[in-house]
Amino acid sequence: MKYQVVIGLEVHTQLTTNTKIFCGCSTRFGSSPNSQTCPVCLGFPGALPVLNQKVVDYAIRAGLATNCSIAPRSIFARKNYFYPDLPKGYQISQFDLPICLNGHLDIEVDGVKKRIGITRIHMEEDAGKLVHADVAGIGDDSCVDLNRACTPLLEVVSEPDMRSPDEAIAYLKKLHEIVRYLGICDGNLEEGSFRCDANVSLMPVGSSVFGTRAELKNINSFRFIKQAIEYEMERQAEILDDGGKVVQETRLFDPNTGTTRSMRGKEEAHDYRYFPDPDLVPVIVDQAWIDQVRESLPELPDAKRARFTADLGLPEYDVEVLTASRELAEYFEETLGLFPQAKTVSNWVMGELTRALNDDGKEVTESPVSPAQLAELLKLVEKGTISGKIAKTVFDEMYKTGKKPEEIVAEKGLVQVSDTSAIEAIIDEVLAREAGQVAEYRSGKDKLFGFFVGQVMKASKGKANPGVVNELLLKKLQG
Amino acid sequence: MEIFELTIHELHEKLKAKELSSVEATKALLTRIDAVEERVNAYITVTPEEALKEAEAADRRIAQGEIDLLTGIPVGLKDIFVTKGIRTTCGSKILHNFVPPYDGTAVARLKERGAVILGKLNQDEFAMGSSSESSYFGTTRNPWNLEYIPGGSSGGSSAAIAAQEAMATLGTDTGGSIRQPASHCGCVGLKPTYGRVSRYGVIAYASSLDQVGPLTRDVKDAAIMLGAVAGYDPMDSTSVNTPVPDYLAGLEGGVKGLKIGLPKEYFIEGLDPDVKKALDRAIELYRALGAEIREVSLPHTEYAVATYYLIATAEASSNLARYEGVRFGHRSEAARGLTEMFAKSRAEGFGSEVKRRIMLGTYALSSGYYDAYYLKAQKVRTLIMQDFLKAFEDVDVLLTPVAPTPAFKIGEKLADPLQMYLSDIFTIPVNLAGTCGMSIPAGLSAAGLPIGLQLVGRPFGEQSILNAAYAFERETDWHKKKPAL
Repeated sequence: MKYQVVIGLEVHTQLTTNTKIFCGCSTRFGSSPNSQTCPVCLGFPGALPVLNQKVVDYAIRAGLATNCSIAPRSIFARKNYFYPDLPKGYQISQFDLPICLNGHLDIEVDGVKKRIGITRIHMEEDAGKLVHADVAGIGDDSCVDLNRACTPLLEVVSEPDMRSPDEAIAYLKKLHEIVRYLGICDGNLEEGSFRCDANVSLMPVGSSVFGTRAELKNINSFRFIKQAIEYEMERQAEILDDGGKVVQETRLFDPNTGTTRSMRGKEEAHDYRYFPDPDLVPVIVDQAWIDQVRESLPELPDAKRARFTADLGLPEYDVEVLTASRELAEYFEETLGLFPQAKTVSNWVMGELTRALNDDGKEVTESPVSPAQLAELLKLVEKGTISGKIAKTVFDEMYKTGKKPEEIVAEKGLVQVSDTSAIEAIIDEVLAREAGQVAEYRSGKDKLFGFFVGQVMKASKGKANPGVVNELLLKKLQG
Repeated sequence: MEIFELTIHELHEKLKAKELSSVEATKALLTRIDAVEERVNAYITVTPEEALKEAEAADRRIAQGEIDLLTGIPVGLKDIFVTKGIRTTCGSKILHNFVPPYDGTAVARLKERGAVILGKLNQDEFAMGSSSESSYFGTTRNPWNLEYIPGGSSGGSSAAIAAQEAMATLGTDTGGSIRQPASHCGCVGLKPTYGRVSRYGVIAYASSLDQVGPLTRDVKDAAIMLGAVAGYDPMDSTSVNTPVPDYLAGLEGGVKGLKIGLPKEYFIEGLDPDVKKALDRAIELYRALGAEIREVSLPHTEYAVATYYLIATAEASSNLARYEGVRFGHRSEAARGLTEMFAKSRAEGFGSEVKRRIMLGTYALSSGYYDAYYLKAQKVRTLIMQDFLKAFEDVDVLLTPVAPTPAFKIGEKLADPLQMYLSDIFTIPVNLAGTCGMSIPAGLSAAGLPIGLQLVGRPFGEQSILNAAYAFERETDWHKKKPAL
């Protein structure tokens, strides 16, 4: 391709505060329409907004985690436009004085590291939702649900620093991971908790002058981001190849066709008539507040990954899997605190635990097996009370019943037999029963050793200590 | 003396002494409203049933010995205050059918004190006007002469006092909308410092200027009403958390040594001779009472009206965007589709003055004009504010005219909005400065129309202007004059 793509992203993250940004209504998702509203978020005459301090807290968290500077004084502004889902006829947002400025995130694509600038992060309220005709029961009308109106958003605006769809995705995933680690956004793309608009333009390779950009909207999965940008690159390249000019416009991504179509051109662009909202006072953030938030920040994914690699000596694959979410990493670390063998814990968390959770469709935070219980189980294996194989059975039982591992082991009589005399007796019995095979073995068919081990384990109902079985069996067969 | 002529404090004494019940007082006022309303048109909505219920409740409270200064006192509210379950129109067709689901803070505070709400008072549409002629519900007439305007925008609130249709009323003042009608109707009207009274539940015109205040028969009543509604409200981010003094107890009435400033920019050629005479007389009285009179300067006064009409209209253009027929208020029957619904509902619902101001404000905020208009206006506003703060380094209160002339005739200025706008030239700067001001009766014109004088105080200096006003009132009887209605 003779063109270089230039990408900048605007991400709206919906914050997980319990109440809305300017009133006390709940932010819960999926309630019956308009049940979570009040005069303020309905934009009734005379109602006034009052800022939810927690939103500022979350914005500072996001700013610090993305290396932004936090503005000591920021201002809410009104963005004026008419739409039925916008109760006041304006959105309260921030304009020329946002709360966070000049940050960055480091990404890595195919082993190449790159720093992506973050222009700004600002706080704003979300709009409601329109439910259009062809939905059962409402005929030809359009209905408005304002439950989402006035829920808090952070808009994170990047610099146009990305040069490929993969870089865009790496940046998005990084940001997605950070807001989830910070506990400020649930990151649910489908429910719209993490929404992305992409500004895409092309310039000739080697040029440093950006081309005219199109803004792509309505992209609600990482896969669609790639699709949308790639489609847009092709579309713009075709125009340029034909000697045409790309027009500045807003385009809507259609996930069904993987294409984008024009929504409104530059001429139809709104004049939002931003001005400072006179109903709200400036947001003043002092150093003490910033320090307090900084102290409460969790360890961020990059730092965690570095520590898991350097201090715990875990392989890269394990580190990636374990740090994919803050919750999983926390589960791992809590277990590790009680059973300090990193690789063993990692194997169990990535293996049995994740498999069971996936089968069950549960999040790690909902795991019926607590880190303490998992550590207990691993201790039983370490002490030789049960074998690793039995441990998996015990784990399944723990997962199903929530019982303690000791309890299950005792109840089911799963204690590993390491007593040599007991095992010897079993071996003798097996060897006597399988006299033919013994003869074959002794005549040089070494492979049969595994068969004898299997038979002994089976006869012991899996409880025999495999190490002891191996040792004794070898002796007897040679003997 | 008729019951409906009483002041709050006079009625309070009678209620306390059980000489009168709140129900009797309320009935007397409702009867009075019936008798004069056809001529005055002070009310948009009268609520006799609710009022009598509230009066009965007040009487029960009084019987149990629970009596507050406002318990059982019948008052009226400008129709800009949202009232739960009672239609609230803001003088506009676009809200002709709007019944709010909640009470605003000032209303709730009056109700808590046991005040009886008689109804909702007429006003200029969305408080945009100086004559109460822009109301969708017809013009309110000045009880002193029915051919004259009562002032505006709280014209219903001032006319109701003058016509004895309420003991006290609440109004709002964005550029003079309490003080100017108070002046024109011969009552006391106080605009508190911005942030003194919560704006929660007050339909917004210009959010950075709007302020709630009382219109009353005398200064004591103003102190009582202000004390009842003032104070921090967590529902209004711009309300200020500073203690509310006992304004009534603080009415000492002495002005000896009080430094009164006369802003030279306010005593200009073209001031109506009767107004000038009333002010000169007042100045002499204050001097005689021991006040020190000084000339001061507010050099940016000449820019105030222009500044106001940029800031107020810009904010209004945004504040009034919510009236589009989706959730409440007028929705056009003729509209097909979304854009038409917005456009036609607004075109049909708003009157011409409101449309004029929305357009002005939209223009002032538009891309490419913002810096030259809105931003510039904000800078000038700061200069005007500084003018006042500087003047208050030398004097305690300012004494000025309220309006350049007494009330004008109905229809006289409708054709010339600019002339209308200039009638607020002495009140607007106080809103821009965000400080407090009040109008008190100070004379009658040759034609028999009331003339007020304005006292302006430091930010949160309501007590000092109330005091100065009280000193004047004790020496004069302008506040006792009543129109022959």
